[in-house]
Amino acid sequence: MTAGIGTARGVAHAPGRLTRMLILGGVGLVFAVPILAMIEFTLRRGLVGGYDFQRWIELFQNGLTGEYAPILAALVNSVGLAVGTVAIVLVLLVPTMLLVHIRFPRLRRTLEILCILPISIPAIVLVVGLAPVFSVLARYVGSGVWTLAFAYGITVLPFAYRAIQSNLDGVDVRTLSEAARTLGAGWAGVLLRVLVPNLRRGILAGAFIAVAVVLGEFTIASLLSRVNLQTALVVVSKNDPYSAVILSLLALFVAFLLLLAIGRLGTERRRPARAFTPTPTTSTSGGDQS
Amino acid sequence: MSHTETPSAQPTARPTAQPGTGSVVVFAGVAKRYGTHLALTAFDLTLQAGELVALLGPSGSGKTTALRVLAGLESTDDGRILINGDDVSGLPTSRRDMGMVFQSYSLFPHLSAGENVEFGLRMRRVPAAERRERAAAALALVGLDAHYGRFAHELSGGQQQRVALARALVTRPRVLLLDEPLSALDAKVRVQLRDEIRRIQTELGITTLFVTHDQDEALAVADRVAVMRDGRIEQVGTPEELYTRPATPFIADFVGLSNRLPGVVRHGFARVHGVVLPLLDPSHADGPVRVYVRQEDLTLVPAGQPGDASSNTSPAGTSLAGTSPAGTSLAGTVLLSSFLGSLRRTSVQLDQGGTVVVQHDVRDRHEPGAAVVVRFAGAPVPVEAAI
Repeated sequence: MTAGIGTARGVAHAPGRLTRMLILGGVGLVFAVPILAMIEFTLRRGLVGGYDFQRWIELFQNGLTGEYAPILAALVNSVGLAVGTVAIVLVLLVPTMLLVHIRFPRLRRTLEILCILPISIPAIVLVVGLAPVFSVLARYVGSGVWTLAFAYGITVLPFAYRAIQSNLDGVDVRTLSEAARTLGAGWAGVLLRVLVPNLRRGILAGAFIAVAVVLGEFTIASLLSRVNLQTALVVVSKNDPYSAVILSLLALFVAFLLLLAIGRLGTERRRPARAFTPTPTTSTSGGDQS
Repeated sequence: MSHTETPSAQPTARPTAQPGTGSVVVFAGVAKRYGTHLALTAFDLTLQAGELVALLGPSGSGKTTALRVLAGLESTDDGRILINGDDVSGLPTSRRDMGMVFQSYSLFPHLSAGENVEFGLRMRRVPAAERRERAAAALALVGLDAHYGRFAHELSGGQQQRVALARALVTRPRVLLLDEPLSALDAKVRVQLRDEIRRIQTELGITTLFVTHDQDEALAVADRVAVMRDGRIEQVGTPEELYTRPATPFIADFVGLSNRLPGVVRHGFARVHGVVLPLLDPSHADGPVRVYVRQEDLTLVPAGQPGDASSNTSPAGTSLAGTSPAGTSLAGTVLLSSFLGSLRRTSVQLDQGGTVVVQHDVRDRHEPGAAVVVRFAGAPVPVEAAI
């Protein structure tokens, strides 16, 4: 076992195993300590001392009614917003990226800058710009919470763009779409039968990241006076910090599951090859497998 | 002089296409611009039914653009494209009924070989059972019937291109388009697949446009070859015509391997260091020129052997007014000799200045420094005015 910089499995200048473990352990602690502290907090028995699951049981025993009812409504809002945001990513971002990639490759850099830009703009600045837009929007389509999906569509752009672009870079979409068109497929056929199946991983990863971002978003909803899961948790936390932390943990858990699903998408195996032998044939001269 | 790999080595029994079963394709004055660059200009070409025409040319000559315009992957700025008399210039790619094989492997990675081949039939709403039968038959045609369930990543490059060929053919398209389909393959597989493409094309009698920058490929498989340069066709003809009677010095230089020698034209003959050669175009104006002499139109004889002397007569048997006595051979010294498997190329420094490369039988060895005599076969030569 080597510490420090060394050669691991033929990769020059790769850190040694111990170094890697230390880095991983350090980063893991940064994430794990607050979560463990939150769990510990929810299990406390208050002034009595000791730990139990009483607060978890109480929260779910009543099915999120009474003072927790707004949480359920906010959860529904957040899920709806997540769906809306994912729809924006799928309907607007994916076709735009494909169009730019296939037809207007010179615009790729511009699109990339546009999509990455929101990550460099603080949410508070974004809200200052969005507030007048939303006030106009409210006059035409009302001020329902769903309108937040437009703002979230912008905030998730950098994450969704990166996820889809990395998949796009690995697939020769131009040649595939041209091949499909020469075989008789229209643009809809090209998109649904060829491109989307080959970009499935990137699109799903982008969608899951969008869901994770939306479920954790607080600033924009709060400043634009809309109710989502995070704003409702803040309200609840003022009266019952224990329940707020439990619900926050659950939101984290859902986001964690989504990220786990993304990880699995990346390592998913192809389905096994199927054999088909309709009629016996004698021609088998194609063996130039090298 | 005998060799097997030179472009001049044409198969004696060239398979002939079945006439009448394919479509007639006409490019009529087609033009295509990319910004200020003219990729195609006044492009006229007719492909007869069942014919295999190769578009040959250097990079940027417009050959792939011509093919893409026919496929509908690029629009035309001017001119018309007719298939069996119907103007298809305005039709989208999906409705042109073409089969195309691309340079890069273009199999859909999420589908098996069989499903790839079925794709075009699925787009045409062919019933599932028929689809599978036809896909299997198409795979059998390219010798891959046992690979129906394999994915692209489980196939070699040659196999992928075979599947792509089966996919292009299974819909029985009006025209088959091949966009440098062999360029990504290694040399042996390339020759194998090249012959197979020709066999299948001949069997099916499908009109085919084959784009390539490889002259061996073009000359070996095509019924006719169209050589392109700067968006125009320089010459269209059978491989033999193109090789033996190049219309321009560019073609003489591009198709086959030629020596460029300084010379002078007088009265319809070119004189190169005293050797007089007939012109392909006897009407060429008198004056200084560059003369193109094929490497295989020269032979090497060791100096001092019988037959090494100049004959001092022109190939036409006439002496030329105003020139020194004419001959058919030049003395020189061997600079370098390269063994190329089935043939040998030897560079010779001519005593009168300049070098020539001679392609000859691999069994004839000429060591560097050896005195030799270069003999001209006396074949008609193309020339271009020296600037």
